[in-house]
Amino acid sequence: MRRALGLFAFIGFTLFLLVAVVSLRPFGEPVHTEMDSYFIGHAQEEASSNNVVTSIVFDYRGFDTLGEATVLFTAVAGVLMALRRREVKA
Amino acid sequence: MTTLIIKTTTRYLTALILTFGAYIILHGHLTPGGGFQGGAVFASGLALLIVACEDEVIRERFKKVPLSAFESIGALGFLGTAALGFMGYTFFKNVIANSGFPLFGDPTPIGINPGYLNTGGTLPYMNIFVGTKVLAGLTSIILVFYLLLGVRKDE
Repeated sequence: MRRALGLFAFIGFTLFLLVAVVSLRPFGEPVHTEMDSYFIGHAQEEASSNNVVTSIVFDYRGFDTLGEATVLFTAVAGVLMALRRREVKA
Repeated sequence: MTTLIIKTTTRYLTALILTFGAYIILHGHLTPGGGFQGGAVFASGLALLIVACEDEVIRERFKKVPLSAFESIGALGFLGTAALGFMGYTFFKNVIANSGFPLFGDPTPIGINPGYLNTGGTLPYMNIFVGTKVLAGLTSIILVFYLLLGVRKDE
């Protein structure tokens, strides 16, 4: 009974993966490119940066970087609080 | 840990690694990389130093380095640079870009160009602050782990 159930689940999951692979979009031909084209076209004049990735990370989507920095700050503060001994002045 | 091989390697490699980390941080708006990546490279160089030196030397040297203060300065500086956009615009507005500000304020030529260091507006400032923050955070984590484990020299 258990074996049959496992076989059924395996076949179902395999079919799901196969269907997902077959129905993938072709590589290199995205459907919605308005945002990408805007970033690539306007990064140099608006963010004044040759590196479009940096202009996205720090300018267009700066809130994401702020959240990442907060996560790192919290992690470091937690590690230092949990593991710091009295004589360690880190 | 502090074998002769590691000591000799550290003597030649650490300066190169630290210089490369500073280069990645400062050129974040021109070349691939940025604050996070450059800070991680810089912290890996400092980790090499921590591994290669004696326990007492590390204790003595890092007592004078305000790593916690660097971390806080990085976070607050990033927020402050983002809050510069409140001067008439919105949060995270790049106010220094193309404004003629002497540091990082030159306008960027449109189109394909080799890239000039004195451009970018607030992006280089944010890169520097995030780099300071990441290198201080990762180095303090490594330092606390090292001192907590009480690694003795085994030669």
